[in-house]
Amino acid sequence: MGKYYDMLMRDYRLKEGLNACINCGTCTAICPAAEFYRYDPRRIVDIVQSKDDNEIEKLLKSDTIWYCGECMSCVTRCPRKNAAGLIIMSLRNLSIELGYFIESEKGRQQYLLTKDLCSNILDYGYCVYPRRFDYEGHPESGRVWEWEEKHLDDVFERLGGNLDGSGRGAMRRIPKEDLDQLKAIFDITGATERMETVRKAGERKAAELGMTVREFTEKVYSESSPKHLNH
Amino acid sequence: MIYEGKRKIWSEYQKEIPDDHYFYVRSCIRQSFFPASEATFLRITREALGKDIFETEHHTTCGGIAYHSDTIPQETVMTIIARQFALMAKYGYENYVCSCITSFGLYCETLETWREFPELEAKIRDNLWKSCKLEFAKPKFLIHASDLIYKYRNNIAAQAVRKLVNVHTGEPLKVVEHIGCHYSKMFPSKGVGGAEYPYVLVGMIEAWGGEIVDYPERRHCCGFGFRQYFIKGNRGYSLSNTHKKFESMEPFKPDLIITNCPGCPYFLDRWQYVIAESTGKTYGQDGHGIPALTYEEVAGLVMGYDPWDLGLQTHQVGVEPLLDKMGVEYDPAKKYLGKGGKDLGTPVACSCLR
Repeated sequence: MGKYYDMLMRDYRLKEGLNACINCGTCTAICPAAEFYRYDPRRIVDIVQSKDDNEIEKLLKSDTIWYCGECMSCVTRCPRKNAAGLIIMSLRNLSIELGYFIESEKGRQQYLLTKDLCSNILDYGYCVYPRRFDYEGHPESGRVWEWEEKHLDDVFERLGGNLDGSGRGAMRRIPKEDLDQLKAIFDITGATERMETVRKAGERKAAELGMTVREFTEKVYSESSPKHLNH
Repeated sequence: MIYEGKRKIWSEYQKEIPDDHYFYVRSCIRQSFFPASEATFLRITREALGKDIFETEHHTTCGGIAYHSDTIPQETVMTIIARQFALMAKYGYENYVCSCITSFGLYCETLETWREFPELEAKIRDNLWKSCKLEFAKPKFLIHASDLIYKYRNNIAAQAVRKLVNVHTGEPLKVVEHIGCHYSKMFPSKGVGGAEYPYVLVGMIEAWGGEIVDYPERRHCCGFGFRQYFIKGNRGYSLSNTHKKFESMEPFKPDLIITNCPGCPYFLDRWQYVIAESTGKTYGQDGHGIPALTYEEVAGLVMGYDPWDLGLQTHQVGVEPLLDKMGVEYDPAKKYLGKGGKDLGTPVACSCLR
């Protein structure tokens, strides 16, 4: 009893986010995710503060902890200054550390998110890089993005940007010495190790499902079971 | 809106915004989708207001989107942030202004966590030196770029060539303000006006002659949700939240939405397109949508800047009805031209959204 709770308590976000929840449900009432998904942050906070290892382990292996959008609307309204969003972040962190994230459909999405977002940071110095944001993968970006994608250099030049250019400005090419510093930060703070953990877990899961990595990636990107939805 | 009560709340949530001399850091999403808005911020603050806003090519992402997608540890994002702060000090600045709301919220969270847990700050200081050989520093003042435009909203009004007024009726435009969640929902005292009734955009609308729309889902998230948008299978979450907001604001017939967050103007714009193309429903007049603009784009319009210099052609929802109401002169033939009049063609027309 309390093993997972103690592990969670090593996370500063749990120290900051959990202050004797009174189970009033205000967080669930305000939560955008709770309206869309079968999701109840009140229940999650209650399980965490119960310190019940069996129940916490179920959470760590579940889809449930991946429904939150981290908008932090819950933080403003909680009468006890709890932060359900921060508690979710610490649960997700532990789920990844223990490799449990790969057990659920929503958790498995970390495979793709980690690969894409971390490569953008390490390759370009940005979380989002327009040449890697394609209309085909994002049809909702609209006909205007389809047009921009075809004329990206010209559009950036017209709008005062500096796409892949030297010096200052929007979307400039970030100098190599700065990218090297980001890589050094990743190496000494555990991000590189986390990337490897998530990559290996994804590849193992792909093999277990009898899929190539490409097939697995496509499945992770597009799959969504109706069981997640609130109605 | 009942102003008396709101003004009391606003008076309790004021923050100190220094007059001048800022270290400026950009936003990953705004650089990608709204580069002209950042250019307009610099044009207004440097050229129209004469402020010293310094930028270095060496700053990077703060890592916030990766962090809120749970792909990098907290210690990683804090060390990247420490590097940004160290660059500020290296170039001789102590006032830090960021273009991104996700960054702003994360900077607030980081500084607060360091204050509460000094041993963590010490560890990050050590990480910074080991990885970058940079000296640790913290900003004296941390503000969001919209705070600075808010501070100088009356100076902008004094230089304005037009107001947020319908030139045909003389009535003020009805404006929805949408604040990025991470501006003040986590730390209400760090945002102008707090979290329930933020004043940062309301102040701009008032100063520039518009009328604020108060509607039930005013504080609801746009639905970005980080992983809830980046993964295709999750995007229903994002769309549903935007849909909820538009259904809520529709009866008030807004002319315009003004935002201060990188993602919000993108989602409030693009999901209108998806709703229109998939269901036929539009929220503006006569098959048009409601333009969702950045605060710099709105400031630029009242200052008389050319709408195509402001990047309004990169919105999927057409802005022409708004420009017509405001009496903005524009050349439709130049909308999609590149620099020097280069022909770039035009986007494929939508089947439903005008």
